[in-house]
Amino acid sequence: MSRRRRRERVIITGINGNLGRRLARRLHRSCSVIGIDRRPARDLPKDVEFHQLDLRRRKTENIFRTARADAVVHLHIMHDPRATQEEAHGLNISATTKVLEFCAHYNIPKVVLLSSADVYGPVPHNNQFLDEQSPLLGASDFGDIRSLIELDMLASTFFWRYPSIETVILRPVHILGGVSNAASNYLRMKRPWTLMGFDPMVQVIHVEDVVAALALALKPGVKGIYNIVGPGEVPLSAIMKELGRHTLSIPVPLAKAALKLFWRFKLASFPAPELDHIRYICMVDGSRAKAELGFAPEFALQETIRAVEDYWR
Amino acid sequence: MPVDSLTGDVREKVDAWLESLLEPNLRDNLDVLCPSRNDYGYDPFGFNPDYLKYLLPFATLLYRKYFRAEVFGIERVPEQGRVLLIANHSGQIPFDGLMIGVSMLVDRTPPRMLRSMVERWLPTLPFLSYLFPRWGQIVGTPENCRMLLEQEGAILVFPEGVRGSNKTFDKRYQLQEFGSGFMRLALEHRVPIVPVAVIGGEEQIVSLWNAEKVGRLVGMPALPIGPGLLFGPLGMVTPLPTKYRIYYGEPMYFHGESDDDDRAISEKVDEVKRVLDLMIHDGLQQRNGIFT
Repeated sequence: MSRRRRRERVIITGINGNLGRRLARRLHRSCSVIGIDRRPARDLPKDVEFHQLDLRRRKTENIFRTARADAVVHLHIMHDPRATQEEAHGLNISATTKVLEFCAHYNIPKVVLLSSADVYGPVPHNNQFLDEQSPLLGASDFGDIRSLIELDMLASTFFWRYPSIETVILRPVHILGGVSNAASNYLRMKRPWTLMGFDPMVQVIHVEDVVAALALALKPGVKGIYNIVGPGEVPLSAIMKELGRHTLSIPVPLAKAALKLFWRFKLASFPAPELDHIRYICMVDGSRAKAELGFAPEFALQETIRAVEDYWR
Repeated sequence: MPVDSLTGDVREKVDAWLESLLEPNLRDNLDVLCPSRNDYGYDPFGFNPDYLKYLLPFATLLYRKYFRAEVFGIERVPEQGRVLLIANHSGQIPFDGLMIGVSMLVDRTPPRMLRSMVERWLPTLPFLSYLFPRWGQIVGTPENCRMLLEQEGAILVFPEGVRGSNKTFDKRYQLQEFGSGFMRLALEHRVPIVPVAVIGGEEQIVSLWNAEKVGRLVGMPALPIGPGLLFGPLGMVTPLPTKYRIYYGEPMYFHGESDDDDRAISEKVDEVKRVLDLMIHDGLQQRNGIFT
């Protein structure tokens, strides 16, 4: 027994999210999973050691100190555009800072962080496919994604400051499937708006493929920033057609004004600057993840798009 | 819903009609034009040959009947493999690009799809922002060009950019300053360069003055002012039926380092420019009139 290699121990923060739970299910047979989340445990595998905790609390440090973890997957990142700046900032930045601090202090050899391809930003003169070195322009006129960009940069700095720790930042394209995020919620609308005269190419990925990429990022030796792309690129209109949505095509100035108003009166769940995502391209080049992680999406394009209808909460 | 099925029916009929207008040589070769289509019919840049039927019937009409285009040496463009076509730019509105593209599709067997590098402000224009990509045209960034060359594409570049297309009438057929990006790409990817001279584009819309600064205010790279304005603003976008002559030159091969200093690169660029200048000169000598 003692000659067998010790089981790898992985801490997952935000384990009760749609991604965290899936990752726990994928990993729990091969590793010991320790989960931390503010929300109560739900449908987690029995052998997961779960702590209901805010990451910023003192007790969290105890877990990091005693766990002797081999890796941390930090998924506890809030993407709620309705949250106030302070709330989002408090949770995202300070919690991430804490997690990174603990990793450095208790010599956890690997930390994986999930960012998003949105950090590059939908900008009209974007290259068709942006690589990992492209500037993060996502925040130029949209405040909420700023905290995600800050977080991404926080992790990049950490990567340089602690070369002995393998820091991995994944930037997946729009995640579809049993998840609740801006892209999926938009595609679930009965009559989604589109912008008249605009039909950008978009990239989507199935949530299970993202989970697979997270698992691959745990491989020893892997470090750095990786764009994670799905099975291909399609125009937004082709996705709408596949899902049988009847879209409402609105001229840009009108859509902007209306959404601004609706947002203010809490009638819309998207702030106006997000319209750029259905106006300009923001697509990424995933060749690095393919070459270095050996990542290839399992779900085909049609399956991925249809997964929007999957059960979620 | 009945309304939906009705509009669906009409649409199908229109599509079928437009498809029947395509030249047979092309209709059967649509799939060949775009080898990397996915299940939904699109390539990574958003090109979908099915959309060509909304453009080509009209473009071919312009090409054959309106501009009465004549093509010389089109067989010099390699049948396959990466290639850069370098052409002079003229005529305020890029009909020259369209005519070169059409010539490669209708006057060449087998047809070859040209991808051209378009202005970076195109994605901000409604409708054109997605129609151009559907027709295989891409935003002109070096990265995009590099990717298409790696996929063995044929790419049309106007190294003069708006400097060429928006020049005033007194500068007609004088090549303006060339950008050097195409040469670096050609060296890096060992791409042959085919010079293309277009005669007839300069006279299609006459510009006497470029009110560039006013144009910038409304987000356009140029604002030509010319006699066409006597017929209202449409006068400046309607081309005269000049006769187009398109000359394809012998492929040129260059060797060297792509990250050489500017002087070494610009020497090579000048060589292309010289050849193109000669071709334009010869083309002008050969024609008897602007409209004949």
